[in-house]
Amino acid sequence: MSVISDTISSSMNPTVMKETKMPESDSTKAKIERPADTVIEEGKTVGIPFSDDPKFKLRDVNVFYGETRAIKNISLDIARNEVIAFIGPSGCGKSTFLRCLNRMNDSIESCRIKGSLLLDGQNIYDSKRDVVELRARVGMVFQKPNPFPKSIYDNVAYGPRIHGLANRKSDLDDIVENSLRKAGLWNEVRDRLDAMATGMSGGQQQRLCIARAIAVSPEVVLMDEPCSALDPIATARIEELIAELSESYTIVIVTHSMQQAARVSNRTAYFHLGHLVEVNDTSKVFTTPEHELTESYITGRFG
Amino acid sequence: MQTADLLPLVLVLAAVAYGFAFMRSRAVAAPLGGIRNLKALPAYYAARAALWCAIPALIILGTWAAFEGKVIQDMVMASLPAELAPQSAGRASLTLSQISNLAAGKLDPSIVPEGISGAATLLQELREQSSQFKTLLVILIAVLGGTFAWTQVAPHINARKSVERTLQRLFFVCAAVAILTTIGIVFSVIFETFRFFEKVPVSEFLFGTSWSPQTALRADQIGSEGAFGIIPLFTGTLMISAIALLIAVPVGLLSAVYLSEYASPMMRSVVKPLLEMLAGVPTVVYGFFAALTVAPFIRDLALALGLEASSQSALAAGLVMGIMIIPFVSSLSDDVINAVPRTLRDGSLALGATQSETMKNVIFPAALPGIMGGILLAASRAIGETMIVVMAAGLAANLTANPLDSVTTVTVQIVTLLTGDQEFDSAKTLAAFALGMMLFIVTLLLNVIALKVVRKYREQYD
Repeated sequence: MSVISDTISSSMNPTVMKETKMPESDSTKAKIERPADTVIEEGKTVGIPFSDDPKFKLRDVNVFYGETRAIKNISLDIARNEVIAFIGPSGCGKSTFLRCLNRMNDSIESCRIKGSLLLDGQNIYDSKRDVVELRARVGMVFQKPNPFPKSIYDNVAYGPRIHGLANRKSDLDDIVENSLRKAGLWNEVRDRLDAMATGMSGGQQQRLCIARAIAVSPEVVLMDEPCSALDPIATARIEELIAELSESYTIVIVTHSMQQAARVSNRTAYFHLGHLVEVNDTSKVFTTPEHELTESYITGRFG
Repeated sequence: MQTADLLPLVLVLAAVAYGFAFMRSRAVAAPLGGIRNLKALPAYYAARAALWCAIPALIILGTWAAFEGKVIQDMVMASLPAELAPQSAGRASLTLSQISNLAAGKLDPSIVPEGISGAATLLQELREQSSQFKTLLVILIAVLGGTFAWTQVAPHINARKSVERTLQRLFFVCAAVAILTTIGIVFSVIFETFRFFEKVPVSEFLFGTSWSPQTALRADQIGSEGAFGIIPLFTGTLMISAIALLIAVPVGLLSAVYLSEYASPMMRSVVKPLLEMLAGVPTVVYGFFAALTVAPFIRDLALALGLEASSQSALAAGLVMGIMIIPFVSSLSDDVINAVPRTLRDGSLALGATQSETMKNVIFPAALPGIMGGILLAASRAIGETMIVVMAAGLAANLTANPLDSVTTVTVQIVTLLTGDQEFDSAKTLAAFALGMMLFIVTLLLNVIALKVVRKYREQYD
């Protein structure tokens, strides 16, 4: 592995399409080296970071919390209607990066974002950009289920009401029913739509949050460790749901479970200390990782 | 020794018991292989000894101090010769004060009868004996208690449990003090209220529309019958409180929203203390601000608009009172808004809601119980406020719905009824207690209603 110190200047990072393979990577793979000793070359991502038909086109993204640089020169495409999983050890920046995609970092005072982030060719961070419209297109599901302390119906109807998606009560009813059906929750709650959402089980609450997110018909759904607070049965239910949703939505999922990443995603991106180390087809990442850090992580040598 | 001197002495003894028990527990533990072989830490054994030393002694001391005076008095009175024995309760207290003044040396012994000065000597003696006996007893009990607990320092005694139990009782007593005081206040007001209702019928008090609590000295004077109808007072109170809340609730709530959701940390750290300072301004200062600045301004404004206005008005008092209670609403609301979990905020923002939509639809309902608490506190302050009203709204008990007129409130009337020289059993004075009772009932009802409302509309999170 070549040793180059962190260079902030993005001009040193040539935009390489398709395969960006390090020449020595094959020989280094065999070496057993402490991963901490490996110095990552900034902005160099192995695998297939780019796509021909990107939904998100992200170039040289840097995120700062005050003086700390949490994301270091990441360039990545997220393709239309793919499920991409972000994996990596805690604190590697995958959640921070995810939250850049619908500007959820805006509410954090000290957070600054540099680089070019395009959604369908339009800059996400343009000063003229309407955050409300962006978030209506890019929905989000959080780590901890966070239903509003309202009825199940009102939770799902929340988004459509703010965006004026329904003109009549019957339209709203339809949206609520469809969203709950898509989230696989309809049969469980159809008789108690007026019940408080906070009284449901954790798995049901998280599916409600998914229903709530898709009720505004977003194009992208961001999921930040959606199953970390759930038991295996609820997790399996959500994973099935992701598979169904992937037909109509682009899904970005952050997960700590490599099995989950392997089960639900088409592509997997491995983050390490704010760097994007490797992006590849999921099957490739988990069978023949190109980067030694990726290999160390997926074989459980750290993280 | 006097009770006041004995109290520190008992505490010193308790501290000594603490030290001895502490050392003994270490000494007991040493041959066993360290303090982990005791049932509790040395500090617990020590605390147990201190409690054993202090609590029984303090109980004895308290009981003694409570009954000492009464018992001595009775003994002195019983010793009086038959011809001096007082005939009535009034005479008795007179004789008693004579005796104690004599004993204290404030009275010349030559001007009182023989029997009285004998009683004074007896009083002096009894007091001294009692004091000595008390001192001895308290010290004895303290030392005995401490020693008992000291001998109880042993590996098999679980001092932790008994200390915990005692502390628990102590906390209960503290909680009970507040409750008992409230009950005491209520009862003292209730009895005077009943006496008032013996003089003035309840129906006249509750439904009378005129208030002029002047009772004449002679029956043949003009206007000898006072009028005790509280309706003008309550409408005055309600009008001023309503004006105050109309100012304070929107301003306070919106400034809380600004502080918690929009203001930068810098701004917040400056504005919040400034707002809270409003609550620290003495009400009398608000009072003259209202009387000298706001009230004339309102009158001039009203006259300019062609309205009739008195120089003291409900509006002036209400406005200034509203400013005074803003911090009660804003500070409490700010705290509860900040306590709403961040995940709820994020959930709403992520759905594309704006900050104000998030506020209105998610944060506000979740924070409602706390906000209601703040408003209620502000309302009870408004109802109970006196100074501003005295100075800015006047004393005339007008039954009016015009905020430009001068009105008066329940609290102001209580003050005017009880200040100055008063005979204590006239209807005029007793009316103050009846008013206090009514105020208490109204505030209680408000609390109950608000609690019901909050329960009904609360949206529980987590």
